[in-house]
Amino acid sequence: MIELVNVTKRFGKQVVLDGISMEFPVGKISAIIGRSGIGKSVLLKHLIGILRPDSGSVLVDGLDITKMGEIQLNEVRKKFGMLFQGAALFDSMTVFENVAFPLREKTRMKEKEIRDRVEEKLEALDLSGMGDKYPDEVSGGMKKRVGLARALIQNPDIILFDEPTTGMDPMMETAIHLMIMEAQKRFGFTAVIVSHEIPEIFHVAHRVAMLHNGTIVEDLPAEEFQNSSNPITQQFISGRIDGPIKVA
Amino acid sequence: MRKLSTEAIVGVFVLMGIFSLVYISLKLGKLEIMSSDYYTIFADFENASGVREGADIELAGVIIGRVEKVLVHNDMARLALRIRKDIKLTNDTIASIKTRGLIGEKILKLNPGGSDTIVKPGGVLNETESTVDLEELISKYIFGGV
Amino acid sequence: MVRFLEFLGAPGLRVLEKLGNMVIFFYQFLFWAIRPPYKVRHIIKQINFIGVKSLFVIFLTAFFTGGVLGLQGFYTLQKFGAEGLLGAAVALSLLRELGPVLAALMVTGRAGSAITAEIGIMRITEQIDALKTMAVNPVKFVVVPKIIAGIIAVPLLTAMFDVVGIYGGYMVGVELLGVNKGAFFAEMKTSVEFKDIYVGFLKSLSFGVIITWITCYEGYYTGHGAEGVSKSTTNSVVLSSVMVLIWDYFMTSVLI
Repeated sequence: MIELVNVTKRFGKQVVLDGISMEFPVGKISAIIGRSGIGKSVLLKHLIGILRPDSGSVLVDGLDITKMGEIQLNEVRKKFGMLFQGAALFDSMTVFENVAFPLREKTRMKEKEIRDRVEEKLEALDLSGMGDKYPDEVSGGMKKRVGLARALIQNPDIILFDEPTTGMDPMMETAIHLMIMEAQKRFGFTAVIVSHEIPEIFHVAHRVAMLHNGTIVEDLPAEEFQNSSNPITQQFISGRIDGPIKVA
Repeated sequence: MRKLSTEAIVGVFVLMGIFSLVYISLKLGKLEIMSSDYYTIFADFENASGVREGADIELAGVIIGRVEKVLVHNDMARLALRIRKDIKLTNDTIASIKTRGLIGEKILKLNPGGSDTIVKPGGVLNETESTVDLEELISKYIFGGV
Repeated sequence: MVRFLEFLGAPGLRVLEKLGNMVIFFYQFLFWAIRPPYKVRHIIKQINFIGVKSLFVIFLTAFFTGGVLGLQGFYTLQKFGAEGLLGAAVALSLLRELGPVLAALMVTGRAGSAITAEIGIMRITEQIDALKTMAVNPVKFVVVPKIIAGIIAVPLLTAMFDVVGIYGGYMVGVELLGVNKGAFFAEMKTSVEFKDIYVGFLKSLSFGVIITWITCYEGYYTGHGAEGVSKSTTNSVVLSSVMVLIWDYFMTSVLI
């Protein structure tokens, strides 16, 4: 389980996270929604120790990762997989090498075994035959799927998704969502998704939290969230311009 | 032809670099890895002014070694000489400090003597001619005494 | 008055802060460099990039540097009737100064800028963060092989620069201007000491560290977006060139 306790993060004078406390339950899909640039990705990066809070702590299975050195942190990170917004594929490596990377760097697996596992993942994500291409030779949606394959390859306990479906056509979007749900059901991992795919995210996530102006304004099971009476939440879900959220 | 792997190319590169390094070190830097080609003897001088380590040692105008170290021994200047192994010197060899050209570097000239005894490694040459002190020479000439 | 002091102090603080960060960065390099596992494959790849791919430009500049030394040396020495010393002049200038410095500047221009751009792009496209999420330390994976490759490749390139440069000087001095071949090499051999080569080697070794250290640092802590990367790339080339020259002065004054 991941738990945030009073996490505050500033960039210069701007307070991005203002004393956030929340939990991400084990084996469930949690979603964080909110406007673009509000700090959802920043929050996500705190969970895996890429960013460290100015104050407060982040507990992963009871261990505070904000106090850890890199080596200790790397042990904890082995439980994680992460899909980045821009996929963050290594552009000097082929699709195959990208997906194989965690296995080659972090395990003593034989090349044959690696090949099998990578091929299997590529096939599952509708990427078979793409192994020899370089990231800049495939479409944005494909990059995302390659990134997903890379995040899933080590069967991690926790997977973080930073806007997994941005830049995809609606069919691919649905396919990715279905894939996340199916994979989650099969492997039972804990998932945290940052998204603004409304309303699809309510079908994917078990829990939804909304981040606004540095705080969590609402954190409810998905069904209840949709019917929330909170005016901020309502305005965001319905996409209206008038309301408590000021649109610049 | 099969395309060379990166490893092989880098291997060639490293070999080329090391070869260049060794080449300039041995050919120009006079780095003597095989020190067994030389033996060391000593020569004591009253005055070895201007002699540096590395100065050439000539016998009949041929460079046969170099000054390895400049030391002080019993208030005398003691030079350690590295001499080529194939050169045998007699114990009455005269070592004199000369200047190459008028104002050039100091070198050591050896003039063979007539004795039958060969200087062994570590032996000392006692018949030496020290640095000619140009200043002293000129003042002697001016104030008389020559 | 306070304004004026602040005006003076702010850049000073920035420089100090950057220096401090660079030292920490280097410490991180050392820390991760000595920690197993050692991935020789990554280092070889970087030697290929920094060393092998610089060969052509090194050979070209070395040959012409040696050539121009031959020309300049010839006309200067001729005034004293000492053309025979040309070999010594060419070899000493190359071994002590021009070889290490010019080779370092060439590597900075060719490989240094690319190192900064590569790491900078990895930073802005979150590849550095992605490495962290996979429990791979980015300093170990990206920076360590590059600096080690620099330490290996730059001295080797410098040695080749020296050899090719001397050959260039020989071509111009002996073949073109008619200096006696025997005198050219004999004077070279008598005047070059092992110390000259040793000093040149030490210089090139430290230049290898300086170039890769600065260019990696600039890329690793690049600004935002494409503009940030382009700015870092320019900065890193200028900074490492300047540092090479400054450091050269200090090395020379200490080791002369």
